[in-house]
Amino acid sequence: MSGRWVGEPVRRVEDPRLLRGQGRYLDDLGQDALAAAFVRSPHAHARVLDVDVSGALDVEGVVAVYTYDDLAESDAAEGTHVAERLPLLIPHPGLHAPRTPYPLAREEVNHVGEAVVMVVATDRYVAEDACDRIRVDYEALPPVVGLDAARAADHAVHTDVPDNVAAHLVQQVGDLPTAMAEAPRTLTLDLQVERSASMPLEGKGVYATWDTDEDVARVWTSTQAATSVRAAVAARLGLALNKVECVAPDVGGGFGVKIVHPWPEEVLVPWAARRLARAGIAHELKWAEDRREHFVSSSHERAQQQEVTVGFDDDGHLLAFDFTFWHDNGAYTPYGIIVPIVTSTQVLGPYKPGAYRCEFFSMYTNTVTVTPYRGAGRPQGAFAMERAMDAIADATGLDRALVRERNLIQPDEMPFDHQLVFQDGRPLVYDSGDYPTMLQKIKDLVDWDHFERVRGAAQAEGRRVGIGLACYVEGTGPGPYEGAHVVVETSGKVKVATGLTTQGQGHRTAFAQIVADQLGVAVEDVEVTTGDTRRFRYAVGTFASRAAVMSGSATHVAAGKVRAKALKIAAEALEVSVDDLELVDGAAHVRGTAPGTRGASMPLSTIAVLSNPLRYAFDDASKAATQFAVGDTSKAPVPEGEEPGLEATGYYSPERSTFASGAHAVVVETDPDTAEVRILRYCVVHDCGTLVNPMIVEGQVHGGVAQGVGGALYERMAYDEHGQLLNASFMDFLLPYATEVPRRVEIDHLETPSPLNPLGIKGAGEAGVIPGMAVFAAAIEDAEGFRIDRMPISPSELFALRDAHARGEVPSLRRALAQATHHEEPPG
Amino acid sequence: MRRGHAMTSGAAEPLLTVRMRVNGVPRSVEVPGRRLLSDALRHDLRLTGTHVGCEHGVCGACTVLLDGEPVRSCLMLAASADGHDVTTVEGLAAPDGTLHPVQQAFVDCHGLQCGFCTPGFVTTIAAYLRDNPDPDEDDALEAVSGNLCRCTGYQNIKAAVLRAAELARERPAEGAG
Repeated sequence: MSGRWVGEPVRRVEDPRLLRGQGRYLDDLGQDALAAAFVRSPHAHARVLDVDVSGALDVEGVVAVYTYDDLAESDAAEGTHVAERLPLLIPHPGLHAPRTPYPLAREEVNHVGEAVVMVVATDRYVAEDACDRIRVDYEALPPVVGLDAARAADHAVHTDVPDNVAAHLVQQVGDLPTAMAEAPRTLTLDLQVERSASMPLEGKGVYATWDTDEDVARVWTSTQAATSVRAAVAARLGLALNKVECVAPDVGGGFGVKIVHPWPEEVLVPWAARRLARAGIAHELKWAEDRREHFVSSSHERAQQQEVTVGFDDDGHLLAFDFTFWHDNGAYTPYGIIVPIVTSTQVLGPYKPGAYRCEFFSMYTNTVTVTPYRGAGRPQGAFAMERAMDAIADATGLDRALVRERNLIQPDEMPFDHQLVFQDGRPLVYDSGDYPTMLQKIKDLVDWDHFERVRGAAQAEGRRVGIGLACYVEGTGPGPYEGAHVVVETSGKVKVATGLTTQGQGHRTAFAQIVADQLGVAVEDVEVTTGDTRRFRYAVGTFASRAAVMSGSATHVAAGKVRAKALKIAAEALEVSVDDLELVDGAAHVRGTAPGTRGASMPLSTIAVLSNPLRYAFDDASKAATQFAVGDTSKAPVPEGEEPGLEATGYYSPERSTFASGAHAVVVETDPDTAEVRILRYCVVHDCGTLVNPMIVEGQVHGGVAQGVGGALYERMAYDEHGQLLNASFMDFLLPYATEVPRRVEIDHLETPSPLNPLGIKGAGEAGVIPGMAVFAAAIEDAEGFRIDRMPISPSELFALRDAHARGEVPSLRRALAQATHHEEPPG
Repeated sequence: MRRGHAMTSGAAEPLLTVRMRVNGVPRSVEVPGRRLLSDALRHDLRLTGTHVGCEHGVCGACTVLLDGEPVRSCLMLAASADGHDVTTVEGLAAPDGTLHPVQQAFVDCHGLQCGFCTPGFVTTIAAYLRDNPDPDEDDALEAVSGNLCRCTGYQNIKAAVLRAAELARERPAEGAG
């Protein structure tokens, strides 16, 4: 197989169309559709006493207004299920008190932004005018905001869950109490991470049409899971699955928030479109979320309070790891407890924890629902483990890299079984990885061993610098499966479809590279479609860095079948052995003969024609395949067990996730006066197995690093005690601009191919963000000489910590004291 | 209830005729006074290349060139563009379809991933390079630091600014906007 394309930094085939402004994002579609807008709760917690929509009905251009009661009436009359609570996507035994919202609030609202009334009008302006004239009577209830309030449980978010605990899970390996008791040394850390969010530049949106001729619903939605939205809409509207199609158009970023489904709007917009079409009013409806709506009605993630107790020896060996954390899951649990499960397993990183116990509580608060955001609990896990590693190093006086080195899982211990259950419900078994080499590579890249020289030179200029290091392991490519269909058309062009969705990861290029290698065609001749249930009906979705692993492998399998079929047909037609043929430059070619030699080459287009024996020719080429032109009349035109057409479908379904890994190192400078943090260097070593397109993988790392910087230094959701989101705009929720990210991201790759899939691919989508909080806490701590336990950290917070440290309320790092006595001057 | 196209207003709102030259072509739209320029371009003129990321002038995805200068079209009323020149991302490529140097540079440098913020960047950079044909790394950083991107981490966008300047130098003079 000419491995010419996989591994190459091929320029993306998606780009010219998007750069010309010819993208088709959700709000670009349905220009003649009616528009929907929502009345959303201004209260964090309240009973809905009455909804008076009369004010809206006489607004010119208003077409319909719907409340919960309208949905319930429709369900009763038509046997639909649109009024009911939305589905619990991933049940779990530990989730003993799950709760999902109603599409439109029934009697209670549990976070600011929850939808109460839906208005349909000629356009969004008019719909919003109407919303302003709708009066909802609320009886405010005491809100539960933040983990402290949730844990204190003076008030309950959901009355039948008085302790606000949605889920409680304990996992343990080995005998922790004994290991901890016997450990020569122990220490405890109290850590905290605040909320952030995916914040894709394009919010959510749904455009639906109802075809009254064929009774079919077509739903376009900015989603990461088109096939699942389709199934949910069919179930809710009481439709057969083949009466619903779902398409993810161009999607302006997802980062996890768009994996949740069905959003209330994904049920209500198709439902209303059908209702309005049957009433002869209009047959298409669109809702495009605005930024404020996204802040208060999509989902957030990250907030946790953590308590880590570690037992270790004087050499820094980890003997016991006792990890308890409280996870803020917001008002509802539509995605189950995937985020805390990921934290509780991925906390282990590349290390052997000795005895391990993890206990977590997933807590309700009257705030926006929490579901996975890039990293999905891994950044919090890495934060807990890497803070502990740094604390052990400081306690033992050992070098921070050395302590990590002494606890690493060794290559010869692979596959390494942690005896836990991972988020895919399968054993947490690392399949491959070389962590010692990874650690050495990051040390070399950042010049770890000579940093004291850098620090000394800076101190000589009165500047304060510090270095931090953080490692992680990321379970990628969880199943259950993905599939792909590959067809070579009689034009010779290759069409590929996979059901998984795309949000900017360059799938159309990367999957085309895989197919091009299998079929010996140019990447430009392969057109890939993702996320369209009309083209491929079975899929799971894009999350957990799985697209390349799952759909990449499935595409490889399907293309391999097409390859075999092409060679078989060509061999018969050319009367040569299959082994003498190879696919190159769009043709089956006898090895060793000059291109185009008669009888030794057959273009794929001809093979495609021959693969479909015809009665009727539709063009010159197809004449060659009609009944009087070809075929052994003693045999059936389509032999037993074969199918017409040069096409195949392939699936990939791994037993387990495959584990990527990496290490980041950061050098920061903290301003002695303003406490601002400046990034001097950002280094990444990354192992995601085989790189299909190195340029695209590096782009994923760049983007992840930027979100890591955001989560460490800038992004937090500021809820006040009333549950009002104070910074629900880009004015005050600080996404990093180009000026806030490192000037350069220095990247070194390591490739330990995955043994679990044919191309050896591991996922790369989330890696860049995972160690962000941990590595910045380590670097700032190193510069300041006192421990950092809470992220993100703003200059004012660092300034306050300095005061507390000066007052002796925050202990110095031991190595800072040692440096101070060595230099005879106070640290910082 | 007849609906011409999505963005007609309620009858109560008077319509204004707004005449603009968009990408070199005279266009006119009938819109209510409060119609944002971004909405007029996207929904009345169906030029959906301009995107809206925040509607409060921070992300820059809605940037278009007004008489050659970058503006946030979500912060402008369509009415105030009356009589002006507007260049959108759809107007950057050459008449024969050749990508503008900035557009080609974004392909060369992998300067986009999801593409939603891209129209705002390419219009902004096109205007910047017209006025600053020989930027260094600091200039490139300055030029792009007013637009938000959530996918790329900006590294390749900065590289694309320098690459675009290089491409522009290799081509005969081409004004932007």
